[in-house]
Amino acid sequence: MTSSGPRPRVNPIRCDGARYCAEIVPELIGLDEWGYPIVSPLPIDDPRLLRLAERAVGECPRVALQLSRLRDREG
Amino acid sequence: MTPIAVLAPPESPPVRIALAGGPRLLAGPRVDGPGETLAGHRQRLGRRPIGGDWLLDVIERSGLRGRGGAWFPTHRKWRGVSRLALERGPSVVVVNASEGEPLSAKDRLIAEKRPHLLIDGALIAAESVGADDVVIYLSRSSRRATHALRHALAERRGEERGAPRMRIVHTQHRYVAGESSAVVRRLNGGQSKPAFSPPHPSERGVLGRPTLVQNAETIAHVAMIARYGDTWFRERGTDAAAGSGLVTVTGNVARPGVYEVDLGSSLVSAVAAAGGVVSRPSGVLIGGYFGTWLSSDRGLEAALCPEDVSLGCGVIGVLGSDACGVGEASRIVNYLARESAGQCGPCVHGLRAVAETMARLTKGEADRSDVSRLLRWCDQIVGRGACHHPDGAVNNLRTALTTFADDVERHTCGHACAGLGARPLPAPPRSPFGWR
Repeated sequence: MTSSGPRPRVNPIRCDGARYCAEIVPELIGLDEWGYPIVSPLPIDDPRLLRLAERAVGECPRVALQLSRLRDREG
Repeated sequence: MTPIAVLAPPESPPVRIALAGGPRLLAGPRVDGPGETLAGHRQRLGRRPIGGDWLLDVIERSGLRGRGGAWFPTHRKWRGVSRLALERGPSVVVVNASEGEPLSAKDRLIAEKRPHLLIDGALIAAESVGADDVVIYLSRSSRRATHALRHALAERRGEERGAPRMRIVHTQHRYVAGESSAVVRRLNGGQSKPAFSPPHPSERGVLGRPTLVQNAETIAHVAMIARYGDTWFRERGTDAAAGSGLVTVTGNVARPGVYEVDLGSSLVSAVAAAGGVVSRPSGVLIGGYFGTWLSSDRGLEAALCPEDVSLGCGVIGVLGSDACGVGEASRIVNYLARESAGQCGPCVHGLRAVAETMARLTKGEADRSDVSRLLRWCDQIVGRGACHHPDGAVNNLRTALTTFADDVERHTCGHACAGLGARPLPAPPRSPFGWR
């Protein structure tokens, strides 16, 4: 059960709901009713989705979307 | 009003005494008198030991966990900061007594009545994690605590040679101002609003230095553990929650206040320490505004330890029989929505929408579809803020909707709220202006 793909993560302080990410990868990113992204926390292993996710990261006008290989620290 | 006997549910386990061997943090002079003087403190407990690496192991063995609400193992936080301080230079220790939770009073009580225990613990912590700067972080509205600590620091002037410098920093009294990244932002000259992590304050905190942000009660326990050791500490409490702890008992009890209990003792015994319930309770809120609502039967049976219920910041709010839990939950989520730092969309919009729907529900103007929408919003909001503010608010609300399902049902049939009863939980304060 080792998956090594990066996980999408939103910095919610930066994000102001531009919605580009959800248009580019609706498979991974949905929207709540106020237009803010709901991101699948699973690692992305499909190369096609990963390419799209990378594009979404690049298109985010607030640089709020990241792909992260780091696990969250507790505390 | 005379308290009636504590209503123990039928077939309940025998009521254990809240505090088998007398108080620890609250031992010494009466807590309704003036704060303990340096002379009194030294006579009672002796001089403080000097902190250092040795204490990290003692704290690990003691099983002490952070009492601010997260119950994170204290030694893990300390080791992280201590290691980084060795690599990168002196760290910073922050004693967090800001206590943004409106129902809690324990941290202020420690600061006011046992200021020297707090200062002892802070200096010991600083020596143990390699800090040369100690901050006591307080709400600006905690005037008595500020006064007591200033007085206590003055009593020690010229005493602690070579000890790290110590200062008091104030924040506006906001619910999230005590979140550790918000503390760091405030101390770096910004607003007391949470930041996106990583980096965590223990890695990059005040002035970029590794920073230990620790709740005031936890620091006071450290001052005792450093004196008496881990075996002594573990004589009380359970495996997952060692030692004694401070709880704030409020609402439908005869003598609301802060009480010390052995962790793992029954909730009934803590309520008994507060003089017992005044009328038959209809529900219990454990852990404050981020906490969990329990039915009165389940609530009074509960043991005060993380194995049984999440204690959070240690608030026990008892609701009277004539009170509506939905009404209380509505007040609370409305306050928490206003106390959002306003930074994250899901928190700002989600909590506002939830609070508006709850207000309509209490007036009998919402139907079942509104309730299912509430539950959907709750699921959506969780985990999507930079801090856990939206998660805590949703936890409170969700457990209220389950625990008071009958009241919810009545409200959806068009009945307005019966009211908050004779002894409601204290009203949420007004949200102040400003964030510094």
